[in-house]
Amino acid sequence: MPPAQEKAGPAISVAGLRRDYGDRPALDGVDLELAAGSSLVVLGPNGAGKTTLLRILATLLRPSGGEVSVLGCSLPDEAWKLRGRIGYLGHEPLLYRDLSGRENLRFGSRLYGIERGAAEARIEELLRAVGMERRADERVAELSAGMRQRISIARCVLHEPELLLLDEPDSNLDAEGRELARGLIGPGPGRTRVVVTHDPERHEAEADQVLRLGIGERAVVS
Amino acid sequence: MYGKGLKPLSIAAVAMLALSLSLVFFYAPLDGDQGFIQKIFYVHVPLAITALVGFVAGGVFAILHLRSNDRKWDAYSYVAIHISVIFGVAVLITGAIWAKASWGHWWVWDEPTLVSFLIVFLLYATYYPFRYAIEDRDRQARYASVFAVTAGAFVPLNFMAVRMAESLVHPRTFATAEGGMPGEMMLTFLCSLVAMGLLWTTLVKFELTAKSASGQVKRLRRALDAPVAGGSSRIAPEVS
Amino acid sequence: MTPSRTAFAAILAKDLRSELRTLQSLPAMALFAVTTFVVFRFGLDRTSLSGSLASGVLWATLLFAAVLGINRLFVSEREEGGFDAIRLAPIDRTVLFAAKAAALVIYLAALELVTVPIFAIFFLEDAAGLGPLVAVLLLADLGLAATGTLISSMAVNSRARDLLVPLVLLPLSIPLMIAATGATEPLLSLGGPSYDRFGTWLMVLGLYDLIFGLVGYAVFDFLLED
Repeated sequence: MPPAQEKAGPAISVAGLRRDYGDRPALDGVDLELAAGSSLVVLGPNGAGKTTLLRILATLLRPSGGEVSVLGCSLPDEAWKLRGRIGYLGHEPLLYRDLSGRENLRFGSRLYGIERGAAEARIEELLRAVGMERRADERVAELSAGMRQRISIARCVLHEPELLLLDEPDSNLDAEGRELARGLIGPGPGRTRVVVTHDPERHEAEADQVLRLGIGERAVVS
Repeated sequence: MYGKGLKPLSIAAVAMLALSLSLVFFYAPLDGDQGFIQKIFYVHVPLAITALVGFVAGGVFAILHLRSNDRKWDAYSYVAIHISVIFGVAVLITGAIWAKASWGHWWVWDEPTLVSFLIVFLLYATYYPFRYAIEDRDRQARYASVFAVTAGAFVPLNFMAVRMAESLVHPRTFATAEGGMPGEMMLTFLCSLVAMGLLWTTLVKFELTAKSASGQVKRLRRALDAPVAGGSSRIAPEVS
Repeated sequence: MTPSRTAFAAILAKDLRSELRTLQSLPAMALFAVTTFVVFRFGLDRTSLSGSLASGVLWATLLFAAVLGINRLFVSEREEGGFDAIRLAPIDRTVLFAAKAAALVIYLAALELVTVPIFAIFFLEDAAGLGPLVAVLLLADLGLAATGTLISSMAVNSRARDLLVPLVLLPLSIPLMIAATGATEPLLSLGGPSYDRFGTWLMVLGLYDLIFGLVGYAVFDFLLED
């Protein structure tokens, strides 16, 4: 478990991060630092490497070069230490189609080693928080995209992660869904977030920092 | 960097091939039972041994690739397997000729070494479609290495299983090739083996040099923003 | 990190639950096997089989039916986000290999539970060899599960999933088939089962299981990297 003194350092610190796909660089020299408890919004056109950056921070992609440290763990070597402490919400809902929402969350809680009794209580609480308690026993394949996104948000915060990595968290959500999502993954005291988005207006308001990625130019932090 | 030493190596390989061929034709004694055609043994068996060692070397390079994550080793592994597959075609053809000459059939199922070699060859032949099916370059390199390691472990196990299946049905035809071999034959055989080994190494080095050169040309063109001519091979790794 | 036993049980239970609910693989495998028996009935023009012919028909059919299940083994992981749900979790990744291989062993055992008796009814005059056959089936299933899981996990991330599994798995399973048919042949011989070299073949099967179990365990981690 993270010792208290680690909190003093930045939650994320990235220097000269590069990631190549074959010979083509997707990220070419990104530097950023994010303090614990604050929000970073990542903006940029398609193909600028926003998702690539997020997936590197989530330990899903290896950096090709540069220094990356997340919650005091340097990547990729200490990825295994980091995994249980981050909540990642990607393009895909990461839910099994043939299981119900509740079963998916149960499976997630087992993988994260949450004790059974505590897991059941947490799952009920989250299903209510995303407004899915009445449809939690339907197969995910039968749910609409917005409803899947709601279950997926619950999956992302199931294990009370210290850092949220959110890729287009509002996609497919209706107004009510967005409001509910705010409660779980919106900005809040002590909540460290990295949000990738195409929709700057909504998110810039909640950002402590903004990172603009361009194609073929250096990243700008403001 | 891969071109270094290529010239002396090529010369050594050619000289050794010439020496072993002259030994085969002018020095090694004619076989009592099989006559002249037995001399194909000096090509067939060293080729087979070199190919098998090459397959296993491909597996060792693959382990190095997985451990170091250095794409160079994937290129080594690919080229080692590639040249060994080409050697493998030659092994099967020379084996068929030998079988036709000494048993009257192009293929015999009761020669376990040849049958084992066929199975190993069939497995390694799938290496190409396997690589081709994986688009992402990094993933292709990693999966190909896993393939090479798995297939490397497969080689000895397969030889054992095939030999066990055949040995009770038929007595081995030339089970004691080494044991009963006269000295002149042995010397010729060893010379051929060294020659084939050198030929294999030369071809591997040559192929790596060529890949490295075309990789560098591509990189330079890209740096100059010039169009990269033609599509590169989708299955061969790029070498820097 | 989550204890491996917990993660293993969770993944295995998830897969079995999905399969029981959708029945995507098992009925197809069994149906395929039974139909293949019928094809052999006419292809060989025999109404009863024994010895090497019986053993060959049985194992060729089981192997091809297994390929169907192996093809689908990782589809659920791939469909939604390509293994990310597993890769994000604080678990030892080889647990996924072990759990998928265990699921495959269970599928194969279920397949054999249905199709081997049908095979016996169709073709065998004497079912006395079926008892010791269980040991052969079990050891062969373990080996198929090891190589099948390994190949399937790679094939599912390629653009030729359905092609790669049979293409690579068939040559890879030849030693396994040599040993399995070698052990089965005397069991199904006409004059009642005999145990000619039975133990030796079981040892070859065990060796195959061991080698490819270890290879899979050693390399599986690299397959989940990106």
